[in-house]
Amino acid sequence: MKTMEENKDLQTPAAAEPQKPADAAAPAAKPAAADKPAAAAKPAAARPQPKPEVPGENEIKPRLVELSALHDEMKRMRDEEKMDFLELITGVDWGEEGLGCVYNLWSTETGRREYVKAVCADRDAAFIPTVSDLWTIADIYEREVFDFYGIRFLGHKDMRRVFLREDWVGYPMRKDDKPEEQNPLNMENEVLSDTTVEYNRDADGRITETEHVVFAPDDYMVNIGPQHPSTHGVLHFRVALEGERIKKMDPKLGYIHRGIEKLNESYTYPQTLALTDRMDYLGAMQSRHALCMAIEKAASIEVSDRVQVVRTIMDELQRIDSHILFFSCLCQDMGATTAFLYGFRDREKVLDIFEETCGGRLILNYNMIGGLAADIHPNFQKRVKEFIPYMRKNLKEYYDIFINNVIARNRLIGVGRLSLEQVVSGGCTGPSGRASGWHNDVRKRQPYAAYGKVDFKEIVRTEGDSYARLLCRMDEIEQSLSIIEQLIDNIPEGPFQTKTKPIIKVPAGTYYSCVEGSRGEFGVYLESKGDKSPYRLHYRSTGLPLVWIMDTACRGELIADMMAINGTLDYVVPDIDR
Amino acid sequence: MLDLASWTSAIHTWLLGLVPEWAAILLECVVVALLIITLYAVFAIVLIYMERKVCAFFQCRIGPNRVGKWGLLQVFSDVFKMLQKEIINMRKSDMFLHDLAPFLVVTASMLTFACLPWNKGGHIIDFNVGLFFMVAVSSIGVVGILLAGLGSNSKYPMIGSMRAGAQLISYEISIGITMLTIVALSGTMQISEIVQQQADNGWNIIRGHVPAVIAFLIYLIAGNAECNRGPFDLPEGESELTAGYHTEYSGMHFGFFYLAEYLNLFIAAGIATTLFLGGWAPLHIAGLDGFNAVMDAVPGAVWFIGKTFFVIFLLMWERWTFPRLRIDHILSLEWKYLMPISLINLLLMALVVVFGLGINV
Repeated sequence: MKTMEENKDLQTPAAAEPQKPADAAAPAAKPAAADKPAAAAKPAAARPQPKPEVPGENEIKPRLVELSALHDEMKRMRDEEKMDFLELITGVDWGEEGLGCVYNLWSTETGRREYVKAVCADRDAAFIPTVSDLWTIADIYEREVFDFYGIRFLGHKDMRRVFLREDWVGYPMRKDDKPEEQNPLNMENEVLSDTTVEYNRDADGRITETEHVVFAPDDYMVNIGPQHPSTHGVLHFRVALEGERIKKMDPKLGYIHRGIEKLNESYTYPQTLALTDRMDYLGAMQSRHALCMAIEKAASIEVSDRVQVVRTIMDELQRIDSHILFFSCLCQDMGATTAFLYGFRDREKVLDIFEETCGGRLILNYNMIGGLAADIHPNFQKRVKEFIPYMRKNLKEYYDIFINNVIARNRLIGVGRLSLEQVVSGGCTGPSGRASGWHNDVRKRQPYAAYGKVDFKEIVRTEGDSYARLLCRMDEIEQSLSIIEQLIDNIPEGPFQTKTKPIIKVPAGTYYSCVEGSRGEFGVYLESKGDKSPYRLHYRSTGLPLVWIMDTACRGELIADMMAINGTLDYVVPDIDR
Repeated sequence: MLDLASWTSAIHTWLLGLVPEWAAILLECVVVALLIITLYAVFAIVLIYMERKVCAFFQCRIGPNRVGKWGLLQVFSDVFKMLQKEIINMRKSDMFLHDLAPFLVVTASMLTFACLPWNKGGHIIDFNVGLFFMVAVSSIGVVGILLAGLGSNSKYPMIGSMRAGAQLISYEISIGITMLTIVALSGTMQISEIVQQQADNGWNIIRGHVPAVIAFLIYLIAGNAECNRGPFDLPEGESELTAGYHTEYSGMHFGFFYLAEYLNLFIAAGIATTLFLGGWAPLHIAGLDGFNAVMDAVPGAVWFIGKTFFVIFLLMWERWTFPRLRIDHILSLEWKYLMPISLINLLLMALVVVFGLGINV
């Protein structure tokens, strides 16, 4: 033990020095081990703690708000401080301290961010007041927290599980939960209940339960999904119809949930990167960029300008790829098969560019902590420069064959209209929100990578219907091309990878970073205890709010319009089921 | 011009010499039935292959090219695959109606198929109200589709068949009126007579000029809708209703729907050819006798099939270009535009006929 300690000290004398004098190394190791009884079994934990590093610039310090005052405080912040956008609710298991949530608020008017924390000490009966009456998006975020952490939200109208089976035992994201033991392989059919429960606290402080009906027995129910050509993945909508008109719809998620966030808690930081590409496979670059950025900033790792520019170009190529696929899938949903293949023809070019540099076409694995996996391919600039005029020319064809077609216009204009209030309250970022007039582009509001240096327009429209969402994305392809055009000849020289420590550790703290993904703001909430793996890693899914707004957008529309609406909202299911 | 009527009557007299009359007629019926079924299958295969290739070229693709030279055997292998597939019966479906539906659809389509004039003297069903009969039997298909939706006891097929019912019945009106336009021009409902007139006096689309062209265009739209093909394919509405009215069908039962869909395409094009493009009548240009003689040398069946495939190509072009309409748009297109226009067009045609404004070559 003694020699180990000395060796360690020799390797990193500066790290060990402030904590203890060199001659007291052996006795000092004991209290350090006693501080962390949970990790005492591992010999590595007995080493002296390295010098506490300074948390990076993206650290957030959530303000603790008492549970009784939470709802009023949130309401005050929304109304008086113009915190109109509830970015994220992250459920966290703080162990002894209890279970709780961190609320990310962002004022899209002033640009100010606020972080609020609510903790409930009683793990067996965890109740937190709901904010779903203030922001509609809280509806799904709170259900997600309930599903994984078992926190019940008082006053929430619909406390059903949303990702897991309704007969699931336990709350898998809790640190002490044993999902495999409690849930042996279940061969029974999953029965979805038609009723739901609302919890409230009455005057005496007792919890009351109120039952609500989701679907009445005489509703004409149609299941759209889990296997359906238009849900763009394994997603299940239960739809109540009135003739062909949609009366209500209820999304059921989780068919391809892989528990990425739970897995991340046992992975080292470089390992966590591998899973981001598998969430939003049309935003692989951007998701991974966000995670790399969060870790780099938190651990104060500098990345070179070259990396920043290449990442920006890659993000924009990915955005073009995603928007082309959006167009193709929309056409396919609307029965225009030829237009669908026009899109695929052009997307192929982007994928070829990716393949040359990254080796992958869909799962790209390109961004790394501190840089990139490899430098750009020698052909990269040439291929991209060929692609820009090619795409501009072919974009016109999209208008000829589909966008300006009278049938397409009739089916899209005025269909699935969302008002500005609805998208803000529903947290619909990205082009889907911008089509309703919400200025929410992270690239403009909080420039990262090389976005501060390039000149581009934030595409915002005011109609808010499906056609506006389509046009928004088509215009964004042009903007992305222009961004790439500005950068492609100005990639600075420099290393493509910064040297990092062999084991990357993030200083203890809570961090949040976000990027503009292909379909909205993609955020990374990272909580670290200073270990080599994250304590909690939560992603702000770009698609989840879009699926959740479907009910609002589809009510009263025809079932054929539902395809137009979910086509233009453009969500990707693996990103929702993380 | 080759007249098949002499051949058929020769065969009939020869048979009468061997067997009594009832047996001769029975034998002829069996032979003709076999002939129709064979032709039906052959055309289905040709059409499926053509559809794939045409659609591939519209979509910057190559199409089937692995099985056989240029993928020629692809359709055969698909047919054999389908023949091997199990026919699945669902527990809560109405078994009788569910199994009956594909046969109704195929029967309707075969009966209509039998009305087509293949050549001079080469028609199978031909009598004085032939056109009327054709419209009547083709409507049986709707019953099959409605039964498919009802018998499946499933929601996608139900919605799909309700859409199909509304759509097919609506578009039959336009089709009926455009046919009436040509009947007004020809003065007869007998299909052979309509074609013979065109062989003598020039194709109807030229003879009836403006109203005939309008009728032809309306027919192309309504005919595509009658076939449940894109952009009117919403009874199937793949992206909404997975496969519409035939969602719950498997194996050859599904195969029948598929077969009927393609043959209906051929039939719709065949009727357009018969009514507007002169059926088996060769292309004649007044004054060019040498040219006309060469054209006459080409057999009528080749003319008929050639023209039909040209119209099929037009219909495929339409299908592979446009997005799918929505049910309310489809119905308003029919009731607010096509039907009033075709009614006015009928009036126009009546005026053309009354005042003798038609062009006779």
